Amino acid sequence: MLAKRIVPCLDIKNGRTVKGVNFVDLRDAGDPVELAKKYAETGADELVFLDISATEERRRTLVNLVRGVAAQVNIPFTVGGGISSVEDVDILLQNGADKVSINSSAVKRPKLVNELSQKFGSQCVVVAIDAKKIDGEWIVHLVGGKVPTELNLFDWAKEVEERGAGEILFTSMNNDGTKDGFANEALARLSEELNIPIIASGGAGNMQHFVDTFKDGKADAALAASVFHFQEIEIPDLKQELKRQGIPVRI
Amino acid sequence: MKIVIINYGAGNIQSIRFAIERLGYEAVLSNDVEEIKSADKVIFPGVGEASSAMKMLKATGLDTVIPILTQPVLGICLGMQLMCKYSEEGDTTGLGIFDVDVKRFENIVKVPQIGWNQIKGLGSKIFNDVKEGAYMYLVHSYYAPLTKETIATTEYGVQYSTALQKANFYGVQFHPEKSSTDGAKILENFLNL
Repeated sequence: MLAKRIVPCLDIKNGRTVKGVNFVDLRDAGDPVELAKKYAETGADELVFLDISATEERRRTLVNLVRGVAAQVNIPFTVGGGISSVEDVDILLQNGADKVSINSSAVKRPKLVNELSQKFGSQCVVVAIDAKKIDGEWIVHLVGGKVPTELNLFDWAKEVEERGAGEILFTSMNNDGTKDGFANEALARLSEELNIPIIASGGAGNMQHFVDTFKDGKADAALAASVFHFQEIEIPDLKQELKRQGIPVRI
Repeated sequence: MKIVIINYGAGNIQSIRFAIERLGYEAVLSNDVEEIKSADKVIFPGVGEASSAMKMLKATGLDTVIPILTQPVLGICLGMQLMCKYSEEGDTTGLGIFDVDVKRFENIVKVPQIGWNQIKGLGSKIFNDVKEGAYMYLVHSYYAPLTKETIATTEYGVQYSTALQKANFYGVQFHPEKSSTDGAKILENFLNL
């Protein structure tokens, strides 16, 4: 049976791992390659590296980091942040990244999703969507959640699926940093309306939140950062708890 | 031992090379026919779309070389699919090593399948010391149905061949290079054939 995935996210700034509380207050949580190795050894199913400085600073690549991780880590990983062209993706994949995640650049130029999926295959194209619920409607936001767009979350998700996205990484800005749980209602609707895997992000605070996002949110994977980086939740414990509650996991 | 990873422009071959290095071996990336023929072990990777990958194989003449190799050959992911007779993806004629046609998953499941799934019915030396039901990392929209050449199965809406073998030719749908310690074991078993 296909297992539900636990995905630690390593936000990278200046080569170090950081995690923003509501994307603003940054705290240092270690060396990315060492942390990645530790997560792979303790049972993480996949890793995401997001260069959070990239969108604003136009930093293009994380090539050295990607090579370092690919050389030492034996689970798949996704790289995101500042990716806006076929060339950007080509160099990341050539250096050992399994997937890339695009966000603002897809909103600015939706055809990028088509170009990437045609050139590299849907399986390596993750479209990350940050959205905030405003007056009952989920609105897509850019630049780490700072700038609202005109796009509705569900319409945009459907569009990128049609353009060839292989996965959606949905971060709820309302939940991110709160530790009150994932946005399960919106996640379940995404999972029902789309036929590609959905990664839940934003709001993980305890183990039950992961159970809930797999059961109620129908998520295929759940991403979190600070609860893992600060060892508030240990992945082996989390996997055991998920298994105990009947959720298929790799142990 | 000389290990050659066939480099024909399709996919994430760096990860396979790194995985082999973690096992203490070196691997050469090459599309040179003589170099491939002279290898002790050949790895045939592939990520991406079947018809364009097949075009790249034909452009280098490798489509006629791979099927006549006599040393152990391991096709990974799209590499395995291209070793089959035919793929629905891009209406592609394959290398015809495995006597099976590759199909697309029905939309009763999410496509692509992305993540860790179990391999069962393990029937080959490459699975020595790997437990029945071990989890492997898979990323794919197309699959090889069950056949007499099946050496491992996985269930995703349908039971399909997650590994195939015919004589010296092995194919795995999963990514051993990305499948933690069990994946590394399978790769090591192949290299020790």
